[in-house]
Amino acid sequence: MTIDSVRGAPDTPELAQPDRDGTELIQLLTPEGERVEHPDYPLDLTPDEIRGLYRDLVITRRIDLEAVALTRQGELGIWASLLGQEAAQIGSGRALTANDMVFPTYREHGVAWCREVEPLNLLGLFRGVNHGGWDPAEHGFHLYTIVIGSQTLHATGYAMGIQRDGVLGTDKAGATIAYFGDGATSQGDVNESFVFASVFNAPVVFFCQNNQWAISEPLEKQSRIPLYKRAQGYGFPGLRVDGNDVFACLAVTRKALEAARTGQGPTLVEAYTYRMGAHTTTDDPTRYRLKAEEEAWKLKDPIERVKAYLVRNEMADTAFFDDLDAEAKKFATELRKACLALPDPQPLAMFENVYADKHPLMTEEQEQFAAYLASFEGPVVSEGAAS
Amino acid sequence: MTPMTDRKQFKLPDVGEGLTEAEIVKWHVQPGDQVEVNQTIVEIETAKAIVELPCPFEGVVAELMVTEGDTVDVGVPIISVDVAAEGEDTPTSAVATPVSEPPAQPAALQQDMVPRVEEPGMVAPDEPKRQPVLVGYGVKPGATKRRPRKPSHDPASATPAASSAAPVAPPKPAPQPVREEPASHPQPVDKRTLAKPPVRKMAKDLGVDLTTLTGSGPRGSITRDDVQAALTATPTQVAPAPAAATAPAAPGVREERIPVKGVRKSTATAMVNSAFTAPHVTEFLQVDVTRTMETVRRLRDLPEFAEVKVSPLLLAAKAVLTALRRNPGANASWAEGDSGAEIVVKNYVNLGIAAATPRGLLVPNLKEAQDLSLPELAKALNGLIETARAGKASPADLSGGTFTITNIGVFGIDTGTPIITPGEAAILAFGQIRDMPWVYEGELAIRKVSTLALSFDHRIIDGELGSRVLRDIGDMLEDPMRMLAWS
Repeated sequence: MTIDSVRGAPDTPELAQPDRDGTELIQLLTPEGERVEHPDYPLDLTPDEIRGLYRDLVITRRIDLEAVALTRQGELGIWASLLGQEAAQIGSGRALTANDMVFPTYREHGVAWCREVEPLNLLGLFRGVNHGGWDPAEHGFHLYTIVIGSQTLHATGYAMGIQRDGVLGTDKAGATIAYFGDGATSQGDVNESFVFASVFNAPVVFFCQNNQWAISEPLEKQSRIPLYKRAQGYGFPGLRVDGNDVFACLAVTRKALEAARTGQGPTLVEAYTYRMGAHTTTDDPTRYRLKAEEEAWKLKDPIERVKAYLVRNEMADTAFFDDLDAEAKKFATELRKACLALPDPQPLAMFENVYADKHPLMTEEQEQFAAYLASFEGPVVSEGAAS
Repeated sequence: MTPMTDRKQFKLPDVGEGLTEAEIVKWHVQPGDQVEVNQTIVEIETAKAIVELPCPFEGVVAELMVTEGDTVDVGVPIISVDVAAEGEDTPTSAVATPVSEPPAQPAALQQDMVPRVEEPGMVAPDEPKRQPVLVGYGVKPGATKRRPRKPSHDPASATPAASSAAPVAPPKPAPQPVREEPASHPQPVDKRTLAKPPVRKMAKDLGVDLTTLTGSGPRGSITRDDVQAALTATPTQVAPAPAAATAPAAPGVREERIPVKGVRKSTATAMVNSAFTAPHVTEFLQVDVTRTMETVRRLRDLPEFAEVKVSPLLLAAKAVLTALRRNPGANASWAEGDSGAEIVVKNYVNLGIAAATPRGLLVPNLKEAQDLSLPELAKALNGLIETARAGKASPADLSGGTFTITNIGVFGIDTGTPIITPGEAAILAFGQIRDMPWVYEGELAIRKVSTLALSFDHRIIDGELGSRVLRDIGDMLEDPMRMLAWS
């Protein structure tokens, strides 16, 4: 029997009940849209808040779909789709407060949305015309990190800085949250972060979106135990939440962040979810995983269950859903238009953010280059092929 | 073109990182169809994957500019769509493009530091301008292209891009403008063999030398079909072992290192797995198969077998199936489950036949072989082996076997100790059949004799059961009448 044949079993009861190894999955909303209670994670949301979360989920997915299409049309160089992981990102993203600082990977489009980072900036990065373009301090959202796992070190260091500001436990307190995937847990950086965060009791939440696949590498090849249990070995709490349940992700992250802000140290949150799309637009998942697996996860869709909940409890009517679809479509259309109109960067722009302050050598080089560029003004005598 | 519409072209994008071409697999729309933004219009296959392309425009399809099966360079227009006229988007009229306009730049170029001339906010391209770059003296107008190509097949690449690619720099400054050439002109073919990476791999796996083929694809490139055709046309070209191993070594070379990959690698892994997890026992039995050979001859004359090959292997297969019916415990596998190990006895036989193929050793298996009549079995066996030899065995053909026969007799070998296919309990090696002195009815006679070897997994099968299976098979090959008696 091969590992792959084990994975192929679509009816593995991963959600809704503890595994045989005692894994507990924190869940507040079942895939069928039934609200369930958890003694440690009470959550009281108003209908408005729930509709707000639903809107976040829908628009995030629409932005993602548009970006994938733009990539297929040659307008973006590459895109990492978040399809299937919307709840993990919106739930945790909406748990953040203004003082918190996010350290994302390159897939955190939903968290970026929650931090009010203009989606056009994300597209610009993958179109190759900017380096992200938002101010990380202003949004409490660091630039996308492409290197796997290194942002966990940044988050831990930043958290230790907050600690040294002496604000923990006050109303100025903030925490950091580091996003990473299941594959990153095999990286040295992530394990070093765990060690530092643990021994210094740093106010950081490690938010691992376990989407089951590190590109083509399945989880069994990354870990012999559930990922959240690793935290115990480092000496801080770890827990597994249904990553397709936006309520549970919100409640769990909120509590973990609050613990960090009040000086109780780090938490590892394993959001158990599934990457429904390709790793990036250059990947073809049909080469390494079975359709049956995707079909099984489709039934656990993060958006459908909120919709079912809203409908069942009469918190939203058809008009609400229609309006939201129209809004999402309009948003996507405008985003597409704005993306295609993004200007190419001016060559001189590369000097802008090299140093925080002016630097004599840099200024000199910038002037030289400006003069060089100016030498191209006006038509030239045609030669060779230009005839 | 109606006055109220603009005709827009969609150029084949680079959908991976730095891919240069793709094959058009399937169009999902036809001229006249209404399309929406992001509607899937076409499937393409790149060196990396099959990808569906969404339409960037809303409108009516005017023309499919490439056909299914074409291999198209990135940047070549593949479809034109009439969209409702509005705004001043990029001029993309297919028919009206004057030759003096700047060449359509392939997508890859757009990533350079050269500003795109059609970008909003950039200088309008009324006249050719030198364009600044980081190093050197700028790019000559029109002097850039995606990647250097040998001139022999550059300017008119037999695609719709021909006209727009024409102004791209010729190798030496030629004063006269390059005009569009009739695409039907035969293009001189580069001496270097052209083939896409998947085709190269396929040729390598199948042992086909690409340099001996004439390509039928664009610019003389070699396609999958060419490789397949070469394989069927010249079976002698295909060596049973990897070509490198049989090729005469160059003089002076004392060692040769052959990378282990593909079938060789999976065979190696499977054999090591089997040899080190299943304790093997091998038993041997010499049998007089004279009557089997006689039966084979007579079967060949029957109308039921007129169109199939009847070989001793067919009767050996039938004997195995019958023996497994009598001894189901030998048609089993060992499973390590959560609640301890289990022996899984199977009520069906997926009969594996080890086949030497150009790709290496493959063991395709006949599904549900226990239900087949003898003519069906003969037909299925032939089909199975042919499919495997043609390199077309599917993963399903190659997995799920329950018992294997390896016909080492075809190599002129008497016997051996076969290694069990992982996931099975036993394997039978069928040795060569040859004339031997044999005591027959109390006297020395010349008989057709073969040696059978049965390896079995001693965790599942004890000596008694293993011996009984081998004895049964031997008895049936000695006297095929027993197959009737026991089936």
